[in-house]
Amino acid sequence: MSDHSHTLQHQVIDAIQEHTQLCITGGGSKAFYGRPSAGTPLSVTAHHGIINYEPTELILTARCGTGLSEIQDILADQGQMLPFEPPHFGSNATLGGAVACGLSGPRRPYTGAVRDYVLGIRCINGKGEILSFGGEVVKNVAGFDASRLMVGALGTLGVILDISLKILPHPRQEITLTYELAAENAINTVNQWAATALPLSASSHDGQQLYLRLSGTPSALKAARTHLGGEVLPDAERYWKDLREHQHVFFKHEEPLWRLSLPPATPPLPISGDCLYEWNGSQRWLRTALQANIIRETVARRGGHATLFRGGDREGTIFHPLTPAMKTINKNLKLAFDPHSIFNPGRLYSGL
Amino acid sequence: MEIELDPQPALNKAGLVTALLEHLPAHSVLHHDEELRPYECDGLSAYRQCPLVVCLPDSLNQIQAIMRLSHEWQIPLVARGAGTGLSGGALPLENGILLCLAKLKRILDIDPHNRTARVEPGVRNIAISEAVAHHGLYYAPDPSSQIACTIGGNVAENSGGVHCLKYGLTVHNILGLKVLTITGDVLEIGGQTLDSAGYDLLALMTGSEGLLGIIVEITVKLLPKPERVQVILAAFTRIEDAASAVGDIIGAGIIPAGLEFMDNAAIRAAEDYIHAGYPRDAAAILLCEIDGGKTEIEEHSRQIEKIFQNNHADEIKHAANESEQQRLWAGRKAAFPAVGRISPDYYCMDGTIPRHRLTEVLKQITAWSTEYQLPVANVFHAGDGNLHPLILYDANKPGELERVEEFGGKILELCVHVGGTITGEHGVGMEKLNQMCVQFGKHELSQFHLIKDAFDSDNLLNPGKAVPTLHRCAEFGAMHVHGGKMPFPNLERF
Ligand SMILES: Cc1cc2nc3c(=O)[nH]c(=O)nc-3n(C[C@H](O)[C@H](O)[C@H](O)COP(=O)(O)OP(=O)(O)OC[C@H]3O[C@@H](n4cnc5c(N)ncnc54)[C@H](O)[C@@H]3O)c2cc1C
Repeated sequence: MSDHSHTLQHQVIDAIQEHTQLCITGGGSKAFYGRPSAGTPLSVTAHHGIINYEPTELILTARCGTGLSEIQDILADQGQMLPFEPPHFGSNATLGGAVACGLSGPRRPYTGAVRDYVLGIRCINGKGEILSFGGEVVKNVAGFDASRLMVGALGTLGVILDISLKILPHPRQEITLTYELAAENAINTVNQWAATALPLSASSHDGQQLYLRLSGTPSALKAARTHLGGEVLPDAERYWKDLREHQHVFFKHEEPLWRLSLPPATPPLPISGDCLYEWNGSQRWLRTALQANIIRETVARRGGHATLFRGGDREGTIFHPLTPAMKTINKNLKLAFDPHSIFNPGRLYSGL
Repeated sequence: MEIELDPQPALNKAGLVTALLEHLPAHSVLHHDEELRPYECDGLSAYRQCPLVVCLPDSLNQIQAIMRLSHEWQIPLVARGAGTGLSGGALPLENGILLCLAKLKRILDIDPHNRTARVEPGVRNIAISEAVAHHGLYYAPDPSSQIACTIGGNVAENSGGVHCLKYGLTVHNILGLKVLTITGDVLEIGGQTLDSAGYDLLALMTGSEGLLGIIVEITVKLLPKPERVQVILAAFTRIEDAASAVGDIIGAGIIPAGLEFMDNAAIRAAEDYIHAGYPRDAAAILLCEIDGGKTEIEEHSRQIEKIFQNNHADEIKHAANESEQQRLWAGRKAAFPAVGRISPDYYCMDGTIPRHRLTEVLKQITAWSTEYQLPVANVFHAGDGNLHPLILYDANKPGELERVEEFGGKILELCVHVGGTITGEHGVGMEKLNQMCVQFGKHELSQFHLIKDAFDSDNLLNPGKAVPTLHRCAEFGAMHVHGGKMPFPNLERF
């Protein structure tokens, strides 16, 4: 439990003076994500510890190097949870990494994403200044929302030091129901259910079966079950964890893994490869050796975007290409925070 | 209220009007004094200023043409939705164009299967929920001004409402934006997906108060209407009991859809106006709304009732039916206008504090109210710790507004000192520039200016609002910390 803000700040200032670039590293569990970045490693794991946790305020502030599991254990003791159910992808996952990558788990479409729960961030910008945005209150519109801007920026805007999060009580009960349904039918069904007041908290489809998780009070779940039918899945906790952590058999293959983000009700795409659906159809995992441009065009035509999540050409374009106008603004923002381009060069996009 | 602005070169107003009339019909370009007058202020009427011209475009092409002119002629541009903002965000600039987006009120697309609606910026907040009601869906954020305020203004302010506690603010309930930049680019941000590539511009644009771009289209997320709703009213003799009940409910793992607080002054004003059935003598009431299935609601109602009892509630009332629920809410929703009836003017503050500091902050406000001899009514979003002290005054009494501003400024600084913020949902606008100097240091403020530069390097969009210059903060600081003494020496510090 120690505050290394000033050590890290000095390392950043040195890098500015010596014209070196920095590759910010936490636990390394998500090192595969994005493009490989150049630069001298800047380890942030020593900046570790929970700074403030007030269960009745539903607020937690922790340093970036704090382990995700450590945080989740402490929350679980109070019957609370990180509402965005972040994937760890390794026992060394840190909070800073989870926020910088901006990845959310099965609960995302119902409860919200990482960015939805970030209330404040303390960070070091590319001038070596320590900045503090947002805070520990849920409603705060003072100044531009720089905290949320850092979420998913893969460290390209600055070193995230401390993060304040809103947390939620853990649902009293969860059950998972399964249904034999083809993909198209499953997408339709789950989106119809999502449009009615049901206590849904996760959904997936693996090609044969639809899985539906419900969370809430025992009475609410009982009522929903009568309405929804289906078979109860034993050991459901394990199922959702495997899915979230990419330990599910679907992910144990060599082909490149794509993450497609689409309007949820989009029917299955006419694209070769195996597909696993989550988030009511809004997040789809595609295993395919198909060319990137074919995938991207198919997805873009339906209002979505595609990320080369694992495998394939890591030096190429990983995240969906931006329009020229969006590229300009992204580049301008990068320079606004990191004028010497020292943080994680190229990790998000080449040149950013 | 005099507003200081950088001196600007004298403009050729006639030339500008002629240029605008090449792109807009005559009735969409207002430039005579008597036409401009209705636009001289937003919901914060203490600040007034007529613009050079008001433009009322009804198409994207027209907006683009106005923005091009603004860019070419280097004339500042202030966006305005319905003008209900409470921080002077839509206050015109003397040498600027006021771009009023209220005519763009088409609902472009409703997609019940993906649960989204795509709308123009001038669509009123409540019109969205009305348009999708037959699908059993609604748009969750519900500012009390929802019958008037526009969705474009909601995005620009990241507005909240009484149901934010459970369903989030505007930023949590929109999926896509189309934004025009002052350099003439069109930014398509997000859409019907839950995320998009690149930096999170959706978050950055939300709450950007018209400084970064003009929002011309919004895709909102629609939620299924809850199966059932229950509203419970509890009355307390002591404010601290009401405050502690708030913490206990959240601590019990219940997230109500809304949890609102009104103090005696607010209760009486609302009761005289709406006859909602509030107990007139209570020191405070809490209005708690829960939603869900029948048995779940029954369970939560029992738990909440117990918590209210444990905190010495004198009266607990469960609304018996929907019309009674509506009546209980009507008093709360009309609280601002109700206070408006009992005082010539009122000034609405908007700080947020950690919930457990509620009692001490309310007590301090009461003490200052006596000291300044300015009555205060408190009505606010207790579940989120978002305070709305309404300071009652009479603008016609010389010097009274200045005293109100000083008092209000102190409240906001107190919010910062207990670990909160100067604005929970109304924005900084023109009003809270000085308090921004208290909330942020010079590095953060410089970073905000750099973000602004990334979109609008000529500083044409709503210049002078939302983020103070470092120069202004230096002057304010000099005035403010007398002899190096910190304010609130008696309060615990972080
Ligand atoms: C009685 C009353 C009750 C209120 N209750 C609440 C409440 O419960 N919660 C809450 O959050 N607020 C509340 N408000 C404040 C206000 O209604 C909100 O801030 C609202 O979102 C403003 O919307 P508007 O259309 O009136 O925007 P305006 O006041 O016209 O503009 C607000 C800001 O947004 C900018 N803007 C407007 N449209 C655009 C656009 N298309 N593109 C870019 N910038 C734009 C303007 O430049 C300005 O800075 C209340 C106000 C009143 C008068």
